[in-house]
Amino acid sequence: MGEAIVITSGKGGVGKTTTSANIGTSLALQGKKVCLVDTDIGLRNLDVVMGLENRIIYDLVDVVEKRCKIHQALVKDKRFDGLLYLLPAAQTVDKSAVSPDQMKELITELKQDYDYIIIDCPAGIEQGFQNAISGADKAIVVTTPEVSAVRDADRIIGLLEKQKNMESPRLVVNRIRNHMMKSGDMLDIDEITQHLSIELIGIVADDEEVIKASNHGEPIALNPNSKASIAYRNIARRILGESIPLQPLEEANKGMFTKIKKFFGVR
Amino acid sequence: MKKRQNVTIKGTKEGLVLHLDDTCSYAELKRELDQKLSANSRTQDERNLISVKVNVGNRYLTEEQREELKNLILQKKKFMVDDIVSNVVTTEAALRLKAENEVLMVSRIIRSGQVLETPGDLLLIGDVNPGGTVMAGGNIFIMGSLKGVAHAGCFGNEEAVIAASSLRPSQLRISDRINRSPDTSQSNETREMECAYIDDNRQIIVDRIQALIHIRPNLNRFEGGH
Repeated sequence: MGEAIVITSGKGGVGKTTTSANIGTSLALQGKKVCLVDTDIGLRNLDVVMGLENRIIYDLVDVVEKRCKIHQALVKDKRFDGLLYLLPAAQTVDKSAVSPDQMKELITELKQDYDYIIIDCPAGIEQGFQNAISGADKAIVVTTPEVSAVRDADRIIGLLEKQKNMESPRLVVNRIRNHMMKSGDMLDIDEITQHLSIELIGIVADDEEVIKASNHGEPIALNPNSKASIAYRNIARRILGESIPLQPLEEANKGMFTKIKKFFGVR
Repeated sequence: MKKRQNVTIKGTKEGLVLHLDDTCSYAELKRELDQKLSANSRTQDERNLISVKVNVGNRYLTEEQREELKNLILQKKKFMVDDIVSNVVTTEAALRLKAENEVLMVSRIIRSGQVLETPGDLLLIGDVNPGGTVMAGGNIFIMGSLKGVAHAGCFGNEEAVIAASSLRPSQLRISDRINRSPDTSQSNETREMECAYIDDNRQIIVDRIQALIHIRPNLNRFEGGH
């Protein structure tokens, strides 16, 4: 019996879908059987980020309305040997096409066959959100170091804490710009964790490579050299129960500095 | 054997007390009260009504009955009812009274969009995040930081106060007064425990928590001991 983790944030555009794709990919890289579920019905894009858009035949609404079997709708990711699947959202209808109970049933069924179900939640706190969290056992809240994103994360955490059978959510701080944090122009990690007072499960630096990779339909986690990739892989390992210290943020600067030093031949 | 009197008048240090027996029926009581007050027909100056306390013992009186008794006594032009004292209250009233005088202790974080409400005093162990609201009929004490909205004395108690380990609210409300934090944030000086109260000009004032000792001596519920 697997566990279902919902990736949510409240605010849009903080990186829920990217985080879902990369955590899913990282878990699959660790040898776990993973199913990604896109619940953003009507505005799906997890399939695009994963590069699986062309293979969609059936979608989540087809499954719920029994027009097909679950395994028919699941899109297999060829890069992994039967470890990573995607259940895409429907694009032609909207969130009201599915009810929380139906969603719960669906997730329970998926849990039989997979180690991890990663549920990508739509922005907002309306029906789409209710659908997404209804089947989940755990939650990861994604935020960025912006006041508005933290405010929404706070609201979402409040809603998640009310949910029965749900463990206390954990936090991912995304899009960190170290120089802004240092200069005090951005909230720093301590401030955010103190404010939200939930467990921090990972921090991800703002990296242009992430955008490039998702535009190519290849989650950044597949590229072992990127800093963001390491961050996502670390999150996956923390989900698996390993205790890994947070990546020091300074490294980015140091890396740059050593690069310059290297360039000038200083050792 | 003479029947026991249902209505007796006693003089005490605080003035006259009208004792109404609580074992007879209400109708009987009214009749006897009427007789007693009429019989004693000493002509008296109508303007000089003696104020009197009415003690009804273990009898519960509804609002209407209280009014009725008051009017009955006033009609006889002898006494004016100062107060009606009863040993009995309804369970409902008792519970309400208890809730209003209780300190509700809560240990959690009030997050954005959440509202915590209590008829009495509130002791919150945790923070109120921006967008969160705490409301109390009485005082609000927060062991943590107040970054959201706090509304003390929300049923009109102007004596209510708000105190927090870190008082950085988006808005403070006491009774019907509202005070919001300045738009330009002040320097990041670390301030100690602070409190807010309504002053004589009916403005919400923020002060050191020690100021409450003088401003609201009624907060003290500790009795006896030296």
